[in-house]
Amino acid sequence: MSDQVVKREATPQDEAALRPPVDVIEDVGGITLYADMPGVPKDKLDVRVEGDTLTLEGVVDLTLPEGMEPLHAEVNLPRYRRTFTLSKELDSDKIAAEFRHGVLKLRIPKAEHLQPRKISVAVV
Amino acid sequence: MIYRSLFPRDLFAEFDRLQRELDQVFGLPSIRGVTRGFPAMNVGSTARSVEVYAFAPGVDPATIDVQLEQGVLTITGERKPEEVPQDATVHIDERFAGRFRRVVSLPDDIDPNAVTATYRDGVLHVSVARREAAQPRRIAIQ
Repeated sequence: MSDQVVKREATPQDEAALRPPVDVIEDVGGITLYADMPGVPKDKLDVRVEGDTLTLEGVVDLTLPEGMEPLHAEVNLPRYRRTFTLSKELDSDKIAAEFRHGVLKLRIPKAEHLQPRKISVAVV
Repeated sequence: MIYRSLFPRDLFAEFDRLQRELDQVFGLPSIRGVTRGFPAMNVGSTARSVEVYAFAPGVDPATIDVQLEQGVLTITGERKPEEVPQDATVHIDERFAGRFRRVVSLPDDIDPNAVTATYRDGVLHVSVARREAAQPRRIAIQ
């Protein structure tokens, strides 16, 4: 019973969620990730890094008319979640995020001292 | 029947048979390939309207075509693939790219002149009103 006990937030990690489809593209400078999370407003999107784990999470918020009864549902959960393990050469402090029309774009650069360097070979 | 005894356990044929059985269970693949059902659709109804939600993230709303004809709602458009720089490696490629078309048959009592379509957060919301006459009315008992 110490003050240092950190209370976990109410966001239930175990709550069922959809797995958003992603594209991951790597170039020499880093990794670009695109994730489809339609229906999530910007303020209900959560991108976080804990240790080497990257978590994408979003809550779907549609304006449904009152008294609507579902007839057919392919998106049947109001939440997206997906986690990735980041490798060590990626600089998680410098992640840039954009979110537009339900597509999240993350740019995760490689740490500068780990960027590839061309070593010239001296011919003797 | 001599072949059967010559090849009593043809594993590949067994796998083939199993695959065919699975195809029967999950549906045969379409000749147009698996479009992964893009955009995913939810449909709901109220007493006054039919509501269609098409989950089409990353599509320029100006390029989405919504048509209502003979009670059939058709949504077509295209999603461009993301640009891949030269010398880049694609590790995961799950997101849909290309042209899409989805069709929903609406109930008979809709009013084709009262349709609104909005695009927000990657979701196209089409609302089609039902005709007045079809709305439930409470009948007073004398």
